[in-house]
Amino acid sequence: MSDHHAVDVAVVGAGPAGLSAAVHAAESGARVTVIDQTWHAGGQIWRHRDRAELPDEARALMARFEASGAQHLAGTSLFDARPGHLSVLGPNGSLELIAGAVVLATGARERFLPFPGWTLPNVFGVGGLQALVKAGLEVNGKRIVLSGSGPLLFPVAATLAQHGAQLAAVCEQAPRGRVTRFAASLWREPGKLAQAARYRSTFRHVPFRMGTWIERAEGEGRVQRAILTDGTRRWSVDCDMVGAACGLIPSVEVGMAMGCDIVNGVVAVDARQQTSVAGVYAAGECTGVAGEDAAIVEGAIAGLSAAGRPAEALYARRDRGRAFAARLETAFSPRPELRDRADATTIVCRCEDVRLDELRAEWGARQGKLASRAGMGACQGRVCGAALAHLFGWEAPRVRPPLVPVPVSALRPAEPLRD
Amino acid sequence: MTAAPRPDVVIVGAGIVGAACAYALAREQLRVLICDAGFPGGGATAAGMGHIVVMDDSPAQLALSALSRRLWEELAATLSLACEDERPGTLWIAASGEEFSALDEKRALYGRAGVRAEILDEQTLAAAEPNLRRGLAGALFVPDDRVLYPPNAARWLLDAAIERGAELRIGSAARAVGAGRLTLVGPSGAVETVEAGAVVIAAGIDTPSLIPGIAIVPRKGHLVITDRYPGLLHSQLVELGYLHSAHSMSGASTAFNLQPRSTGQVLIGSSRELAGRDASINPAIVRDMVARAVAFMPALAGCLAIRTWTGFRPATPDKLPLIGPWPDLPGVWIAAGHEGLGITTATGSAALIAAGIAGRAAPIDATPFLPSRPMPAMEAA
Repeated sequence: MSDHHAVDVAVVGAGPAGLSAAVHAAESGARVTVIDQTWHAGGQIWRHRDRAELPDEARALMARFEASGAQHLAGTSLFDARPGHLSVLGPNGSLELIAGAVVLATGARERFLPFPGWTLPNVFGVGGLQALVKAGLEVNGKRIVLSGSGPLLFPVAATLAQHGAQLAAVCEQAPRGRVTRFAASLWREPGKLAQAARYRSTFRHVPFRMGTWIERAEGEGRVQRAILTDGTRRWSVDCDMVGAACGLIPSVEVGMAMGCDIVNGVVAVDARQQTSVAGVYAAGECTGVAGEDAAIVEGAIAGLSAAGRPAEALYARRDRGRAFAARLETAFSPRPELRDRADATTIVCRCEDVRLDELRAEWGARQGKLASRAGMGACQGRVCGAALAHLFGWEAPRVRPPLVPVPVSALRPAEPLRD
Repeated sequence: MTAAPRPDVVIVGAGIVGAACAYALAREQLRVLICDAGFPGGGATAAGMGHIVVMDDSPAQLALSALSRRLWEELAATLSLACEDERPGTLWIAASGEEFSALDEKRALYGRAGVRAEILDEQTLAAAEPNLRRGLAGALFVPDDRVLYPPNAARWLLDAAIERGAELRIGSAARAVGAGRLTLVGPSGAVETVEAGAVVIAAGIDTPSLIPGIAIVPRKGHLVITDRYPGLLHSQLVELGYLHSAHSMSGASTAFNLQPRSTGQVLIGSSRELAGRDASINPAIVRDMVARAVAFMPALAGCLAIRTWTGFRPATPDKLPLIGPWPDLPGVWIAAGHEGLGITTATGSAALIAAGIAGRAAPIDATPFLPSRPMPAMEAA
């Protein structure tokens, strides 16, 4: 079944930026539809089973969203995107959304940089592990090593501790100097400092090791120990699970599909949050990882702009968020040693089981894909693309429909268009 | 640094056709230089299905594709695993009784070309491919048709040529061709003129930029690939009407063409349109193509599609490739314009080129492919 539906503003993503955009556009009188792959609004950051778990700010924005009149298409995937035209697949089939304006609020995902053993069972991402725990994964009494980067580490460690996990190590790859400078800069954001302290108090007996990262994961059939290093010495930590990632990378594929300029890995936007394509706006982590406060204000500007309303009053707050994003980037960029962890036999493309030694650095992404299948699998290069970009400096894989795997029937109209 | 010895043959284009030519010529003990502006097998070779298939749109096409398939069979034992070479055969599906009655003649044609083929009735077809919709009249099964992975097959041919002394230059774009002479622009921008006994242009849709006026146009195609569904189908499935779709140059057309990959993935084709060099996905074409595929194989509807792409077949007005000497420039040979059959006919084309350059008799009648043949005007899109 394929149907058409016209709206003033279509918002892609129901995280903080998307909800804020939808609220501001709808309250301006626009007909708004928000599509999101998950079943509950809130995005990755506000993933929850019970809304009472969420911060006040999140509950307030969700309540305002529900009252705004914006339509929420949950459990809905966007599989083709052109300016003004979105092909989506939801629980009731596929739908063509015709939109006067589009707001991209597609968020970010974890950056996985391959190391020996990263594909062993019970090795997860950092945010990925948190999501699994929130979805019901039992971690009570489990010894867990976290090796990641950036502000996500603390809330994840807190979630694990609250669920009874025995944190064996919490490692931040960024060197102590960078982290300290970043923390010192937070005096301008006392709320963020207080929040970090609250998280830290939940796992205060566990050392937080800066300048430390996982070098390899080992075990028979599943992970049993993590080999950690600070660059000069290495030691082994017994564990049942590992959460390992290297911060977040913006999810820019929908922007790429729409033809928006991508600059330094983010969807480029102007003061009004408009991308290089007229009528296409972007907000939140897909324009640079800056946390939910920045996402909310950017979403507000994008939503107002998309609805044809002025938003200048919010620019100063947004610019503070951008400055925070720049400080995050400086503090938590991956250290070069992370690149050297993978050895010849390390799998670099999980979908297609491609080993590092099957690739040659002088190939670009396309030649590498054609020769080895790296990036050809069901994740469409979303995982290995970032890894290969980091390892070899390869360009991001091209984006083509379907943007996510969809049943073949979704690509088919109700009846053939021609004979 | 000593200057490399003058090559006997320089080949423009390291796609499957150029690679096959390099291999065939290197086996003739000739000194081969092959260059490509991009990376080997990155053009139409990377976009195609990799179906090694005997086709009978014309007697010349039948002769060339049958010869070519035989040559692929000879290589099969030595191809690398990465070439994913398999022999699933082709089922030419007759949807109606009328189509079914045409199978006898097709089988006889194939038989005269030395190509095994057998007719399956409705029940036998249903048993062979249970996921096809019921009520199809039957099929012609061509058991020796193959499937391979073209970019790696091109790479294998190049490596085999290099082993026999050929030199490959990546990132070297041909700028101009003269009698026994080729001007190249290297990756650093350095311009170099190479002299050789023969120049072979195997540049696919880029051939007209070197040989102005040559009758090759890009004919766009779309493909969709699914996630892994091992056993969903066993042979390459092509509707009999495919030949008509491939033959008619006017307008856009789609035809049912389904391929099982060794990975368990399914490639869904095919489409043809003249759209210049616009590589963007045309959703209307994809819908049409997919609707056709689902009509033949309903179970496909629930399979996950993971990627769609386009490519450009180098098409000629009379649906035959241009293989042989270019009359306006002595010492210049053409091996281009293979449309959708370039993977199949690369080996046969290379055999014709090698025989021509070595001055031997061609393994099949080469005259239908001569680039000097009179060509009908290209039909308008």
